[in-house]
Amino acid sequence: MKFENVNRRFILKSGAALGVGLAAPMHFIRGAYAEDMSCNMPKGDTVTFGWNVPLTGAYADEGADELKAFQLAVKHLNGEGDGGMIATMKPTALKGNGILGKKVAYVQSDSQTKSDAARDGAKRMVERDGAIMISGGSSSGVAVAVQGLCQELGIIFMSGLTHSNDTTGKDKKRYGFRHFFNAYQSGVALGPVLGQEYGKERRAYHLTADYTWGWTQEESMKAATEKLGWKTVAAVRTPLGAADFSQYITPVLNSGADVLILNHYGKDMVNSLTQSVQFGLRDKQVNGKKFEIVVPLFSELMAQGAGDAVKGIYGTGNWDWKLDDDATKAFTKSFGAEFGSPPSQAAHTCYVQALLYADACERAGTFYAPAVIKALEGFEFDGMGNGKTLYRAEDHQCMKSCVVVKGKENPKDKFDLMEVVKVVPREELDYDPAIFGGELGPSDPKQC
Amino acid sequence: MDALLLQVLNGLDKGGAYALIALGLTLVFGTLGVVNFAHGALFMLGAFCAVTFNRLLNLESVVIDPAQKTPWGTPLEVRTPYVEAWLGDFGAFLNDYSVPASIVLAVPVMLAIGIVMERGLIRHFYKRPHADQILVTFGLAIIIQEIIKHFFGANPIPQPAPEAFGGTVYVGEILGMGQTLAYPWWRIVYLFFSLAVIGAVFAFLQFTTYGMVVRAGMHDRQTVGFLGIDIERRFTVVFGLAAVIAGVAGVMYTPIVPPDYHMGMEFLVLSFVVVVVGGMGSLGGAVVAGFLLGILQSFASMNEVKAIIPGIDHVIIYLVAVVILLTLPRGLLGRKGMMED
Amino acid sequence: MFNNPARNDWLLLAGFSAVVLCLPVLLEPIGAAYPALMQKFCIFGIFAIGFNILFGLTGYLSFGHAAFLGVGSYAAVWSFKLFTMNAIPAIVMAVFFAALFAVVIGYVSLKRSGIYFSILTLAFAQMCYNLVYSVLTPLTNGETGLQLSLQDPRVIDAMFIEPAAGLPRVNLFALNISGGGYAGFYLCAVMLIICFFIAMCIFRSPFGMMLRAIKSNQTRMRYTGFNTRPYLLAAFVISGMYAGLAGGLMAVTDPLVGAERMQWTASGEVVLMTILGGAGTLVGPVLGAAVIKYCENIFSSFSPGTLHGAFGFLPDAIEDPIVSFLSLFVGDGWNLTLGVVFMLIVIFLPGGIMEGLRRIRMMFNRRPGNGRKIPATQTQPAE
Repeated sequence: MKFENVNRRFILKSGAALGVGLAAPMHFIRGAYAEDMSCNMPKGDTVTFGWNVPLTGAYADEGADELKAFQLAVKHLNGEGDGGMIATMKPTALKGNGILGKKVAYVQSDSQTKSDAARDGAKRMVERDGAIMISGGSSSGVAVAVQGLCQELGIIFMSGLTHSNDTTGKDKKRYGFRHFFNAYQSGVALGPVLGQEYGKERRAYHLTADYTWGWTQEESMKAATEKLGWKTVAAVRTPLGAADFSQYITPVLNSGADVLILNHYGKDMVNSLTQSVQFGLRDKQVNGKKFEIVVPLFSELMAQGAGDAVKGIYGTGNWDWKLDDDATKAFTKSFGAEFGSPPSQAAHTCYVQALLYADACERAGTFYAPAVIKALEGFEFDGMGNGKTLYRAEDHQCMKSCVVVKGKENPKDKFDLMEVVKVVPREELDYDPAIFGGELGPSDPKQC
Repeated sequence: MDALLLQVLNGLDKGGAYALIALGLTLVFGTLGVVNFAHGALFMLGAFCAVTFNRLLNLESVVIDPAQKTPWGTPLEVRTPYVEAWLGDFGAFLNDYSVPASIVLAVPVMLAIGIVMERGLIRHFYKRPHADQILVTFGLAIIIQEIIKHFFGANPIPQPAPEAFGGTVYVGEILGMGQTLAYPWWRIVYLFFSLAVIGAVFAFLQFTTYGMVVRAGMHDRQTVGFLGIDIERRFTVVFGLAAVIAGVAGVMYTPIVPPDYHMGMEFLVLSFVVVVVGGMGSLGGAVVAGFLLGILQSFASMNEVKAIIPGIDHVIIYLVAVVILLTLPRGLLGRKGMMED
Repeated sequence: MFNNPARNDWLLLAGFSAVVLCLPVLLEPIGAAYPALMQKFCIFGIFAIGFNILFGLTGYLSFGHAAFLGVGSYAAVWSFKLFTMNAIPAIVMAVFFAALFAVVIGYVSLKRSGIYFSILTLAFAQMCYNLVYSVLTPLTNGETGLQLSLQDPRVIDAMFIEPAAGLPRVNLFALNISGGGYAGFYLCAVMLIICFFIAMCIFRSPFGMMLRAIKSNQTRMRYTGFNTRPYLLAAFVISGMYAGLAGGLMAVTDPLVGAERMQWTASGEVVLMTILGGAGTLVGPVLGAAVIKYCENIFSSFSPGTLHGAFGFLPDAIEDPIVSFLSLFVGDGWNLTLGVVFMLIVIFLPGGIMEGLRRIRMMFNRRPGNGRKIPATQTQPAE
């Protein structure tokens, strides 16, 4: 190739210009801060949280509910409204006057149920808006991605709804904390109930959302059901957000399976479940038994979307608003009064996470991230709807009870769609954090 | 055997949707010579006609009843749809059949949208290069999408099929082949619906004078113009017709997959692939290719096939398109001289 | 073309470099001077420059360039995982693999032209995306996105440095690139300037001339005995390498790859950027990328509350309709603004922002004999 118009002089000159340009940037790189400063420590009289929730995509309903919960949490932290669970949490250092005397403000961003978009949003909230803590989730893929970013930026990530074993397993991070339960615990909780209801001789067919959550839940459910003596016929991966599942359901009809396990969540689950029912799966008799559908992770919002299809279907949940304790009642009351509907489990976990972070800052007496992390690790509390709960220091996973639920046959009203079959106590759900591997990494503060 | 039949049925049902969308696309392309990237958006608009109709039917009166309480202790709101209050049983029936009934709304609306689009925008792009047509209609598609998103939100809005067609039809029992061959009622309805629409379009083009002129125009626009026929006006109507086909396809699709503002874009790529596989500007080709690709897609999703070639279900349609484009430059049934250089 | 090409080009390059390197100062007043956004300006600028080499010069409209971007990103992250956290090998790998894909896809797609070419590239890109999303998950980690992990071998790093606790950051020898901060931005900025320079050389070279000739009339070229395919393929591969570089830089500044960046709508975005700025011009695509990324960031964070603040001086009866109308265009609806602007540009100003600027300059500068042509006028894409 011949560059007629580009001569040696031109290149030399442009090189010189480049050199000058390159020297300039050093000027803009900010100097190091004094000690005990971590990223975005608040300077004025407000402290900013960043809510990173999916408002579009397959998990948008959960995201919208999470956002409501965050707004409510900020209200309660700032001492407005009826205080919700601040009153029932014990022990608590929260006073309802903000955090360490600073009012809580928030910024939000739509994570679109996509890792790239979520990281972009989180970065923007940290770099532009000065958020000191990021919370949100609803897809474990997104949660794992954002958690990795937060570790790099030195920002604490209080994950919302994320159910993959990886979030506090192989992808756990020092800066990431999860209150929600995980797929392994779902398997442990659901297994015995399934055995009791459907017997020991079953052949299961899995349809699995093709990402970290789906994979770990499929693995956990396989382990739990095979322990009962069930056989796994096939496990088929479906892309996240596939609206039409018919091509995945038709092979189930002739597979010889008599249980379909839907490792789907959000709209995926609504679509796959209603379509399975339309294909007549629930009216089928296979191997002399009634065909059954199981949805291991189940929520009220999905039940609303799926309508009649959810009746009699078993699943697990982190929490349910119909539980009978003071904390649950207080939270349901203030959420219901504010938004006209009961809170979902996604809303609950996000609300609790916001409060837990605020409480940890109060107890640490600073927003300095390593100190807050230390305050959260190994913290044991009660009065948040799940009984006595421990933030385990080894993997930042909350150890607490969870519920087994079932789609209600005769709902009273449009919110009364699920009944709590069983509350599984914390002791039964305990496991050794080492089984999933991973490493938390350091908690050294970052300047940003 | 049952398994294969089921896959064929599934393929036909998918193919019906592909064929319907591709039909309108290729109709516009063959007559007007315009590559319409907003065609998917028209499909989506049709679906939202059904949503709007359903919303209108479900306008409710809200009465707060202090005697009843919600579970968290606030007074309960009692809602009754006006339609049921006024029309009684017929209202309830109308509500049940809101999806098919909304075709009544969709046809005039889509016709109007199509005509306005052609008169207002597309007409000025007949002479511009195809790249410009793609770009401007792509821009238009974004605008339509965003407007729908603004008014209806970003999330899918489920539309119920009529009660009587909501369940399962045991095709196997009808054919005397046992119970395993079951299929959702509404998908069967959709298949027959798409066949009926395709038949109607072909009959219109084949057996009416109007259709004859349009076909002549597709073939040789200039000569038809010389004969003193106002071909421009007919083409406007053709565009409107294409919009209507896309629209009703969208309406009837809503009970299968809940519509959201983005559904058009997802179908757009697919329908373009269908059109080029069938042959640009060939109506028959679009229909054949639609059903063919539907069936191929369905077979590729069988576990036995996936075991041999992993991931084939995700790429089969595009793979077929690439192979066809490289071996048969005009697609399956394309005419000579269409979009060639 | 230019009266004194070398001097004018030099001025353009110097001016461009100065503007790019001073972005942190220049953007401060409009609230865009934070690294993540400025990195995006540069990265998408590179992407758009590369796309423009294909579309702007030859008129071939590819709807599959996002695939190369994605390939570049994955290659870069694998380089971090397997070899070293240094940015240079990652960038080299990214460009190399993107080029490899571009050769294959380009070779096949360029057998056809016009809309068939567009559909072929679209089909290839969708295939790549769908595979990345599903069966290639061992390589790409699918929907979750490919990330670094503590178990990665990183063989080269392991030979030289004792690994610190936690995940290492991407570096350029002693400089930390990832994890926020300005270093990442300056790396991207320098890359952008180099890419701009290369594009300029291509535009001014006989090769660039040949590509323009293909655009204006390919048949004539063929009749004169030219085989246009090698030229087209070269342009396609160069443009794919640019996309790969952009993808590589994305991974360098933030070492995680999600599959979404390969979706065809991402290809659509670079088309929008190039057209908006001005296809066929040197600066246009960069400008288009910057404008779109800036507006995306600023408009999308507007809320009705902000609007009420801005129009608060009006009486409520007037304010409310204005605000509810404008709220269509900001916040979540900023894509609507993009669509409207894009359509207006395609209809009335096919040369994009650059043509607009030129027209404005012409208005102030209407002297006889000054009607020199800049490439902005040659924007009609060929068939």
